[in-house]
Amino acid sequence: MDNILSILVFFPAIAGLLGFIVDKESARVYGITVAAIEFLLSIWLWVSFDASNAGMQFVEMIPLIPDFGVSYYLGVDGISLFILIMAALMTLIGMISMSITENIKNMIITLLFLEMTMMGVFVALDAIIFYLFWELSLVPMLYIIGAWGGNLRIYASVKFFLYTFAGSLIMLVGMLFVAYIYHNLTGVWSFAITDWYALVLPVEYQLWLFGAFFFGFAIKVPMFPFHTWLPYAHGQAPTIGSVILAAVLLKMGTYGFVRFSLPMFPDASVMMITPIAVISIIMIIYTAMVAYAQKDIKQVIAYSSVSHMGIIMLGIFAMNAEGISGSVFQMLSHGIVSGALFMLVGMIYDRRHTKMLDEFGGLAAVMPKYAVIFGIMLMASVGLPLTIGFVGEFLVLLGFYQISPVMTLLAGTSIIIGAIYMLTIYKRTFFGPVTNEANKVLKDLTPTETWSLIPLVAIVIWLGVYPKPVLEPIDNSVKAMLEFMDEKAITKEAKELIIVAKSNQGGA
Amino acid sequence: MLQPINVSLESLNLVTLAPMLIAIVGGLVILILDLINEKLHKSLYVMLTILLLVVDFGATLGLGVNERGFFDVMLIDGISIISQLMIIVASIIFIPLALTSKRFHEYSYPEFFALFLFMIAGFQFMVASDNLILIFVGLETASLSLYTLIALHNRANSFEAAVKYFTMGALAAAFYAMGSAVVYGLTGSVELYKVAEVLATRMNETGLMIAIFGSSVLLLVAFAFKLSLFPFHTWAPDVYEGAAAPLVGYMSVVPKIAAFVVSIRIFGMYIDLGVEWVRVTLLVMAVLTMTMANIMALVQEDVKRMLAYSSISHAGFIMAALALDTTEGTTAIFLYYALFMFTNLGAFAMLWISRRKKKAFSNRYDHPYSKFAGFIKIMPVGATIMALFMLSLAGVPPFSLFWGKIYVMQAAVNSGYIWLAVVMGLNSAIAAYYYLKLIVYMFLMEPVKKVDVIYYNLSKPLMVVIGFATIATVGAIFYVQPLVSYLYYMISASGY
Repeated sequence: MDNILSILVFFPAIAGLLGFIVDKESARVYGITVAAIEFLLSIWLWVSFDASNAGMQFVEMIPLIPDFGVSYYLGVDGISLFILIMAALMTLIGMISMSITENIKNMIITLLFLEMTMMGVFVALDAIIFYLFWELSLVPMLYIIGAWGGNLRIYASVKFFLYTFAGSLIMLVGMLFVAYIYHNLTGVWSFAITDWYALVLPVEYQLWLFGAFFFGFAIKVPMFPFHTWLPYAHGQAPTIGSVILAAVLLKMGTYGFVRFSLPMFPDASVMMITPIAVISIIMIIYTAMVAYAQKDIKQVIAYSSVSHMGIIMLGIFAMNAEGISGSVFQMLSHGIVSGALFMLVGMIYDRRHTKMLDEFGGLAAVMPKYAVIFGIMLMASVGLPLTIGFVGEFLVLLGFYQISPVMTLLAGTSIIIGAIYMLTIYKRTFFGPVTNEANKVLKDLTPTETWSLIPLVAIVIWLGVYPKPVLEPIDNSVKAMLEFMDEKAITKEAKELIIVAKSNQGGA
Repeated sequence: MLQPINVSLESLNLVTLAPMLIAIVGGLVILILDLINEKLHKSLYVMLTILLLVVDFGATLGLGVNERGFFDVMLIDGISIISQLMIIVASIIFIPLALTSKRFHEYSYPEFFALFLFMIAGFQFMVASDNLILIFVGLETASLSLYTLIALHNRANSFEAAVKYFTMGALAAAFYAMGSAVVYGLTGSVELYKVAEVLATRMNETGLMIAIFGSSVLLLVAFAFKLSLFPFHTWAPDVYEGAAAPLVGYMSVVPKIAAFVVSIRIFGMYIDLGVEWVRVTLLVMAVLTMTMANIMALVQEDVKRMLAYSSISHAGFIMAALALDTTEGTTAIFLYYALFMFTNLGAFAMLWISRRKKKAFSNRYDHPYSKFAGFIKIMPVGATIMALFMLSLAGVPPFSLFWGKIYVMQAAVNSGYIWLAVVMGLNSAIAAYYYLKLIVYMFLMEPVKKVDVIYYNLSKPLMVVIGFATIATVGAIFYVQPLVSYLYYMISASGY
């Protein structure tokens, strides 16, 4: 199947359309089946993926608007492959563990459309098609937050939509400008990213364009100081919304940096290392401290998400194989871990209808299974060795150490602060005597809940112990990209910096 | 002894007049039919009008590019053909909206359809000439018919709308006449191509700039009224509120296409002559129009008024494309309107089918936001379609208007106006808020009152029209390519 990417993108959309006909009572089973098939398709993609090939695979290209250079152009490489699989997995598991019963059919259809847009973003190799899926992903999320969310849901959903929409329009202008330059140089209109890679832009242009793309991606990540929409969105979203948002939608921003900003503007990226590293470190430390101050468990995890996204940003701008591979790996690990944590918070919320920390205490005695799984995910989130969180974080720090040991040290404090707030939550929620009467009668995880979490626990430990099968294809593609960036860079500093990275390649 | 002047029929090239004559004769036929039998149903007139428009469409399509005719006052170039085609297509979509399930006053008069056809003929004259007098005649024919069509809706606020529009239109016509008079005084000609020739030879004369300044300011004001550009837009929301919803959708597209074509001819000429401040003025007006209209749309409580402000803002977008005065910019104008036409008419048709004779939700407005609260629970398909139109207007890909938007923005970037593209982007983000507001009401809120039927006015023909508009909105990605290449070809063939 050479066109497996198209199938991956459009299968959920077609299923979503047909879903309108499925009866309300059966909608949930329908959704889970579709998501399972989609996940199996993504596994099939992995199986047939050639790990030794660092370039784009399963490429499809159909000109859509040739006069304008827009074509339906898809492809997958080591960087996007695992994000795709993770997106399919989290949609499936999120759907299985979903506790929503109201308007379930609308929810299932919305999720299927959302899955289409997520798949589309990560396989698109044409800037306009990328932008298309990128923008389209806002609409289902708006509906999920706005229709099933908490009290402030409408404010939160509109804020989420407008923030991202405004940022991406600036990015769109940047894309149009790149296309214009490409047209000027070659006489052909093209929005294909692979064509754009070939452009060697003057540094001044690179800086402006880097800025334009930065707005689009940074709001999505979200980078400090554009992160204010995220706590609202997470705070108000239903569990499934938070899971998808944290696991997949945030990754679109960081993926955008890897796919667009670095290879297209290598010199500007190198020049921007320090500012972005500073912002990332502010993100890491500041939001970790904010997380510590939260009284709501979900908000703690929301802020810890921002903090972890800071680590990912730092790794991307380490400009070497360890850093970027570590970042991509950390995207996966954060997706799985934060998704699982949001699911866990959702489960306790379904039981107690509160997420406030001071309502809990001593849950380990009443809900042992829940406490164990929560504990494992928490450790992975903190970055305990032998869990998935450690691998990415370690590689990122190792990578950035080559740029600046001081900043790496500062970023490393995130592990300590992270451990502080996460363990505090754990202590206050699970240990000690059961003080609240309502907590004494809580039921432990149901079999559905347990079985939806166990695969995630398995992945967390498996990839923590043996990350190679995933890390290797990522590393191949990242190295190819770095070599290419090095060739393309025009300023001396950029060349030197990227060469330094190459000489250390053996490290990973 | 005067020499007899021989005019051969071939030299008149009467075929250039055929499209307008079809519309005018068709209007007369409708009046005669009414004379013979008074009791004919509106459906007959609707179908008759559609048929006449189809013939008109065929006649226009058959015209050769870059021909002149009828003592050289008719100019059939690429933009006149595509604008006529767009006017006719928009009319064909509009007129079946008369077939509502409830009876509305205006459609029981055959005069409505006759006036409608006269109006189309007027617009066709406007776009198919570069003679300032014929443009004026076309403009007035079309405008006077349109005022009457608005007033025929027979409510207090539609009379208000008609009178307001008439007063403003008369003022604009006066400015147009004065501007043309100055142009004539300067060059001794009312034919734009001759005007351009004369002005080109006299550009280095001292003092000429003041006269050019005067003429272009007067003409600019005239067209700013017609195109509802800031600060001459104040009539638009009231007129749109008073007129019947489908007519508003029509008014926000067709008269503007015609006025834009004339603006391309007149202001394009000034810009080509090197009168740079015309471009600057146009750009400033365009930016102000899109921004101010957007900000005013934010605070509207009525969906129809919101859509009125939104179409003013879209006109600002297109004005910016005009100011670029490049082939791409001109293509962008037509592409944008071609896409906007379906979406906007569709959105207004959705308002139309929800129209009740009595105002059930508010004392002041027909379509307050609260009317649409919880729409998804009452009519899921209708809510989804309306949401698609809103997303398209907001410029969310892959719906139709997104392609128009990126084409305009690309045209701006290509001419070096990156700041303009950024302003357009920011404006789209502001605009997203008020489109989103309707979606939020429809999807995320609970119904305000117990309402059983919101689609009060629905009928099969209306469903067909809305279905067609929906398909055109959703499937834009598949027809943008042929559309762009056709438009680009026609426009570059006529030298714009």
